[in-house]
Amino acid sequence: MHNPQLNKHGELQHLLTIDGLPRDVITAILDTAAPFTEVAEREVKKLPLLRGKSIFNLFFENSTRTRTTFEIAAKRLSADVVNLNVSTSSTAKGESLLDTVDNLCAMQADMFVVRHAASGAPFLIAQHLLATGRDHIHVVNAGDGRHAHPTQGLLDMYTIRHYKKDFTNLTVAIVGDVLHSRVARSQIAALTTLGVPEVRVIGPKTLLPTEVERMGVRVFHDIREGLKGVDVVMMLRLQNERMNGALLPTPQEYYKVWGLTAEKLALAKPDAIVMHPGPMNRGVEIDSSVADGAQAVILPQVTFGIAVRMAVMSMLAGQQGSNK
Amino acid sequence: MQKLDAEALFQTLVEQMRPHVTPDTALVGIHTGGVWLAERLHQALGLKHPTGSIDVSFYRDDFGSKGLHPQPKRTEIPFDVEAAHVIIVDDVLYTGRTTRAAINELFDFGRPARVDLAVLVDRGGRELPIAARYCALTLPQPLPASQNLQLETDAAGALTLRLIDA
Repeated sequence: MHNPQLNKHGELQHLLTIDGLPRDVITAILDTAAPFTEVAEREVKKLPLLRGKSIFNLFFENSTRTRTTFEIAAKRLSADVVNLNVSTSSTAKGESLLDTVDNLCAMQADMFVVRHAASGAPFLIAQHLLATGRDHIHVVNAGDGRHAHPTQGLLDMYTIRHYKKDFTNLTVAIVGDVLHSRVARSQIAALTTLGVPEVRVIGPKTLLPTEVERMGVRVFHDIREGLKGVDVVMMLRLQNERMNGALLPTPQEYYKVWGLTAEKLALAKPDAIVMHPGPMNRGVEIDSSVADGAQAVILPQVTFGIAVRMAVMSMLAGQQGSNK
Repeated sequence: MQKLDAEALFQTLVEQMRPHVTPDTALVGIHTGGVWLAERLHQALGLKHPTGSIDVSFYRDDFGSKGLHPQPKRTEIPFDVEAAHVIIVDDVLYTGRTTRAAINELFDFGRPARVDLAVLVDRGGRELPIAARYCALTLPQPLPASQNLQLETDAAGALTLRLIDA
């Protein structure tokens, strides 16, 4: 089957989703990210790889961390970065998504980093570029609707590999609001592709997608049962802004039952790491003592995220030559 | 071409460098052959600073046409570059483009007092104004582009040079 993310040589052309990405491509991204982590310690925190390239951060939905880390990553690669907060500009005046893209292409864009509330928006842009013969322009999905957030999934894999070395003997728990979470979908796809033998999802029935088992995970509706003996705890943010209808009683009650406290974390392996994609709701899905505790690797996740995004952008931009 | 004895060339290189280095001189090897060579030189010359290593993948001038090299290695400069005497070490000097990239990368760590270049073999074919201060052997005839001269090492660190068809 044609994979719209890969070019005819099997190299990464766009990064739209982890679902369907071959294991060797994921591993290559993680391997490439490793040497980029060292750049932060240099006097000059810049590499000349993407000199002269223009990268447009196209955010149709709010984001601080993701947009900032993409921006830092692009700047460390010497690219020119333009941030467009589209939710407050042309779209509000009625311009269509593809018209916006066409206009930016006319400004010599080399890459789009796209966040959109609608699932599939980055794919639509990639298809449009292909159909109009502009396949030298690359698209990175920075989160689309409930669908995917591939760079978050990749930086999570980088973090797990950094602390646990090997994926093939791990038990990983994903806890919380899986239903609304594009992060969870990317995490599950990455973990299963990389050979994690047991991926657990833990959450109330109202916040798990129907037939979530078909993604290759074990489902737990009891957090204490689910956390027993796990190596990695991946917390999800409770996505208040995506809730419609009464899926939850109150945040306080959610915390009581599903919040990660030190007492619940003690059920995991003693060396288990705790991850969170941010932004955290302290006292809702995670207790402060855990978020700031010795097992938390939440801030290293952010730092690794820069290196992983540098790897993705340089691998995409580096495909240009082989396409010609 | 005559058979190249890498170990004999290594000894020649050590003797060339010895009068000019002090314990404060720092070595930086270029991946991969240059790193092996730098480690041997470090031992033979009794230098104080740990040896650095550079992978020039992120500084290459052919990124635009060839893309990123797969599996880039980590660049590690474990000493303070500012005001240091640094010798860049590579196994084979060819176009000079790798050396150019290594110099650029080195300067992103600080401003060295002096930078020299040491190589085992100069195979000719330069495309940039770069010359090695220390060089054990300059081939009398440049090697044709179809051939690659490559340093190899065994578990004990013994060096051999191999000529292969590119």
